[in-house]
Amino acid sequence: MSYFLQQLINGLQLGFVYALIALGYTMVYGIVRLINFAHGDVFMIGAYLGFFALANWGLPFPVAIIVAMVGCALLGMFIERVAYKPLRNAPRISALITAMGVSLFLENFTNLNFVFGPTPRAFPVVTYQLGGVGITNVQLIVFGVAILLMAALTLFVAKTKTGRAMRAVSLDKDAARLMGINVNTVISITFGVGSALAGAGGVLYGIAYPQIQPLMGVMPGLKAFVAAVLGGIGIIPGAMLGALIMGVVETFTSAYVSSTLRDAVAFGILIVVLLARPTGLLGKSQSEKV
Amino acid sequence: MGERDSGFRFGSGWRAVVGAVVVFLVLQVLMWLRIINPYWQQIASLAGVTAISALGLNLVYGYTGQFSLGHAAFYGIGAYTSAIITRSLGGSVPTLLLGIVAGAVLAGIVALLIGLPILRLRSDYLAIATLGFGIIMKVLLDNSDAVIPMMGGSSGMSGIPRITNFIWVFLFTLAAVLLLRNLVFSSVGRALVSVREDELAAEAVGVNTTKYKTLGFTIGCMYAGVAGALYAHLYAYLNPFNFDFLKSIDVLLVVVLGGLGSISGTLVAALAWTFLLEGLRVLLPASLQDWRMVIYPLVMIIFMLFRPGGVFARTEFGFLVPREYRRRK
Repeated sequence: MSYFLQQLINGLQLGFVYALIALGYTMVYGIVRLINFAHGDVFMIGAYLGFFALANWGLPFPVAIIVAMVGCALLGMFIERVAYKPLRNAPRISALITAMGVSLFLENFTNLNFVFGPTPRAFPVVTYQLGGVGITNVQLIVFGVAILLMAALTLFVAKTKTGRAMRAVSLDKDAARLMGINVNTVISITFGVGSALAGAGGVLYGIAYPQIQPLMGVMPGLKAFVAAVLGGIGIIPGAMLGALIMGVVETFTSAYVSSTLRDAVAFGILIVVLLARPTGLLGKSQSEKV
Repeated sequence: MGERDSGFRFGSGWRAVVGAVVVFLVLQVLMWLRIINPYWQQIASLAGVTAISALGLNLVYGYTGQFSLGHAAFYGIGAYTSAIITRSLGGSVPTLLLGIVAGAVLAGIVALLIGLPILRLRSDYLAIATLGFGIIMKVLLDNSDAVIPMMGGSSGMSGIPRITNFIWVFLFTLAAVLLLRNLVFSSVGRALVSVREDELAAEAVGVNTTKYKTLGFTIGCMYAGVAGALYAHLYAYLNPFNFDFLKSIDVLLVVVLGGLGSISGTLVAALAWTFLLEGLRVLLPASLQDWRMVIYPLVMIIFMLFRPGGVFARTEFGFLVPREYRRRK
């Protein structure tokens, strides 16, 4: 039983990291209908920024997370501006291919020796001082930070003016523009917020699984995307739910079945869910437009 | 427009075949004279294999409009099936042909079984489902040695007879092009395109969309099976790594760069892309070899930004279009 609980907690920990990535995917998809394949690599950059902040610049952990978030937000907005914005009215496949190009570029460029290099690096152990008490429990930190960020995001989207503008643009871009919303700015902010969350996810991933390398974002990126679809793409609580399910399923498969089969099980569930409920767990089934 | 009288252009079907034979003979002479060395022969063969696989994906996505991100899975099915056959029965021309047929048939059967349920999904959802299928297939290949030890699992399958040569690749590429051309310019082809253009309207005029979607998908995946079988006997070594998600992207890239719904585009893009990757290997000095992998995504991005429709946006070389279609213009 304690083994079961331990695995459940491990699964939730992985799930919370996936959730932070999945939120960016789902927000971007909701607003520009683009599968942003480069998102997993933004997550990787976040992990490296956190690594440099902690190991090289000696910053405290909360500051390191903020550094990673700001860095990734800027990177995400830059990518959108340079690679996706010019293609907003092109066929959707063009933007998708560009996203893959950006993804491969980030992976292969950071893989060069003078950038990050292909050798994995060990992430520093984090001790977080909380009122004089040192918390070393990685899981507490991961859960705490992830829940805090997700709560902040939910409030941001639900309560602020920018959040309302984001919801409006994702509902109907043209109508939103007619209402005086600056659609370009809103899209830019969406990329920034999503990328910042992925950056925080990268740092959390680093402290939880302390080895980082330039290709670390590929699989978590894909799985987070699957999680977003699982929960219903474009729906923020859906991404959180889907990510937690993915994390738990993956961990249980590793623990009780076989760690080599965990990807197959995760994607198998995806296909079953898509066939049974194509709009995802929390998605409303909508009739086809005629 | 009197194009058939304008001298040098290849006219109808037989002229295209004559043209292909001439090209083939010229290449043979160049190889015989050692102007094209074995290394470049192998690259040219790889380009042909890529072209066959990409033609299949073009049928699935470019003509039928079904977005698949799992093409490499079928490529892998063809490769492993044929490799098992030639390794068991010995490497010769009949076993190679048997392997290619078996690879294509098995890829087709799997495509049919997978396609029937998942082709109900649309656009991005279909893409994700096929992506998931591709990843599942890679996991299965990684663990294949538990069932068939010969397949070697994640350490790869070696000892495959190296019996694919440029001649076979050329013949199969030619056959693939002719078959696809005859298919897309037939009534079946028009039905496939109607599904791409508007599924609902196609259904309304009596096109059985499920049937044609499945048909296009199955034939396209059989193309991948043939390409995989040729590939297995070109490098004599297979690894699940060669059939992962990135491989599917590679093929998709060739199709999109060439232009969706264009056979000519796919051919040109497959050649250009394979030779670009190899050319960089030759041109770049040793210290900059790592940059090869940085340059190619940049080419990809820049190309998409400036020419999002591909090189041949739904147009063809004249000799690939049947005469009655050309006259109408």
